Amino acid sequence: MPAELAQSRLTANIPMPPERLLDVKELKKYFPIRKGLFKSVVGQVRSVDGVTFHLNLGETLGLVGESGCGKTTTSRCLLRAINPTSGEIHYRQADGQLVDVTQLSSDQLRPLRREMQMIFQDPFASLNPRMNLLDLVGEPLLVNGVTNRKERSDRVADLLRLVGLRPEYMRRFPHAFSGGQRQRIVIARALALNPRLVVADEPVSALDVSVQAQVLNLLLDLQKKLKLTYLFVAHDLSVVRHISDRVAVMYVGRIVEMSPTNELFLAPKHPYTAALLSAVPIADPRIRSKMQPLEGDVPSPSNPPSGCHFHPRCSFATDLCRQQVPDLEEVQPNHFVACHRQAELALSGVSEPI
Amino acid sequence: MTNQPLLEVRDLQTVFELDEGTVKAVDGVSFDVYSGKVLGIVGESGCGKSVTIKSVLRLIEEPGRIANGAIRFRSKILGNSSNDMIDLVQLPAKGAQLRALRGNEIALIPQEPMAAFSPVHTIGNQLIEVIQLHQPVSDEEAKKIAVTRLKEVGFPNPESAMDRYSWELSGGLRQRAMIGMALTCDPLLLIADEPTTAIDVTTQAQVLSLLRKLQQEHQTSIIFITHDLGVIAQLADDVVVMYLGKVMESGPVDQIFHNPQHPYTRALLRSIPTVHTKNRSRLPTISGSIPHPFQKRTGCPFVARCQEALPQQRCTNQTPVLKAINKHQSVSCFLHEEEVNAC
Repeated sequence: MPAELAQSRLTANIPMPPERLLDVKELKKYFPIRKGLFKSVVGQVRSVDGVTFHLNLGETLGLVGESGCGKTTTSRCLLRAINPTSGEIHYRQADGQLVDVTQLSSDQLRPLRREMQMIFQDPFASLNPRMNLLDLVGEPLLVNGVTNRKERSDRVADLLRLVGLRPEYMRRFPHAFSGGQRQRIVIARALALNPRLVVADEPVSALDVSVQAQVLNLLLDLQKKLKLTYLFVAHDLSVVRHISDRVAVMYVGRIVEMSPTNELFLAPKHPYTAALLSAVPIADPRIRSKMQPLEGDVPSPSNPPSGCHFHPRCSFATDLCRQQVPDLEEVQPNHFVACHRQAELALSGVSEPI
Repeated sequence: MTNQPLLEVRDLQTVFELDEGTVKAVDGVSFDVYSGKVLGIVGESGCGKSVTIKSVLRLIEEPGRIANGAIRFRSKILGNSSNDMIDLVQLPAKGAQLRALRGNEIALIPQEPMAAFSPVHTIGNQLIEVIQLHQPVSDEEAKKIAVTRLKEVGFPNPESAMDRYSWELSGGLRQRAMIGMALTCDPLLLIADEPTTAIDVTTQAQVLSLLRKLQQEHQTSIIFITHDLGVIAQLADDVVVMYLGKVMESGPVDQIFHNPQHPYTRALLRSIPTVHTKNRSRLPTISGSIPHPFQKRTGCPFVARCQEALPQQRCTNQTPVLKAINKHQSVSCFLHEEEVNAC
């Protein structure tokens, strides 16, 4: 690589703590709403509206929120699967260099793509039915220069073993596998190029409960073995609690709370997090009727409410909440909240099991 | 009336005859629904829970058919006296009797309200259609009933909602409209097929508390189908656990959650992560996956994944049947033979 090119990818002026892998600052993604004959822009859907978070090496950050809150858009922006409107995404490469992912050209992105991989939600839709396992899992290898057939099939066999599938199945097609096995194939393909960051977008929500546990355990084992960093996007709070070190809660394009997992579940500081937790049905018939439904609906990101986006549904809202957007502040070490009244509120999370 | 079931399903067998072979989607299922109670049916995909309720509604289409069994329903409009039970399996599939029953005494809340509503008719139109189909009322009266129903299910502005289309509503309101539609004729039995699977947890909480409220007000019986054990624990009085077309265990909700007897129920309860599970611990899993429906099997359907299978191939060679092990709970497992004999 020419020296100038390497230099242009440096963003050394921004310091990043050594344990950080990814630092996302004020990320925004607006989709234009077009109308009329000349397709003039009449508005913006603010899917992601100023999101700031970071990922440490080897950890799992769970990103939760209701549908339409922008969690998938955020994760796609990280990989530049879609181009963000504005913001910075600082990423520490394997060689220690810092780059701003948003500034890279598609050529410059190519080596990075190897380090960042994605696991998709629906293993029935993300595998080509006409390719066998060798082709499916071997394709990223082929694209990245492993042209030797024998070498490729050896590597695919290793990968299949890694995710708990038998290498003898290599010549079979996806239809021969169950949902859980297919998700293992998707994971094997994501791991083919030794990634460092894996973005998993609802990886278990399409699976049956008895199989869900197997895939979650596999993800935990692989993380330990391969020192992976996960961004785990999900709407299921119990799955997120199970797998994440830290959790970020999104509401209408913004992060409202981010903290270590247990702290967030036991002592939430944002009224939305508390409402979300109380809405989860508890799998115990002896603890009944604690579901306190939140009134109203999620506002549309094309026309979000003023001030704090949550104020129309919040029982603690004041005039300040209606007018001014609260900043995401670190109120305790590692615990970030965007709420004007977080200091005075005493919210309850989930009760500890008896 | 409290001790008499509203619906009795006995040894129901629904099969699909395909070119590849016969699939026994529902294979000898029996359960009772009592009036004013909520029966939860849990199971993973392919366990036959949806086919079971489609059989109850007699909506099984070719190449499927009900091969065996009885579905006895205590109908008010079809029965001669209040104690008559009518076997729905014996009624002609497309006959007037069943049509009079469906949407009137037995109503369904489908999984996807978006797919269930017509996108080219207003909500009001569709509600009025159901009302006038089953009740001899004028347009004006039907409209009045529809508005009251929408108000009851929590529409903030029911009059204007009558002129809206289903796609103009949010997911939660759409599901509320669906519940309103199912309740228009005060059904005796409400069947809810995964009504909250397609929606978010906060909306789910709204819909569940609405269902619970309406159920208590109207004393409707509900069959609630879901794979979410949390929802079952919160809503059901009795639970039926299904696996591969068979009932593994049935009993009161408290017994199923706190004293499960079938190895499958126990494994299922262990393997779900809850908001209470220890962070980043390994979950106990059920090994393997659900067998393919075409696979020929003898013996217990769960045997391949069961950790408590009996020695000498007992569970593979013989098929256990559902038997009562105490006053309330029934289990289909050889592990409980002694208790059955003592009972």
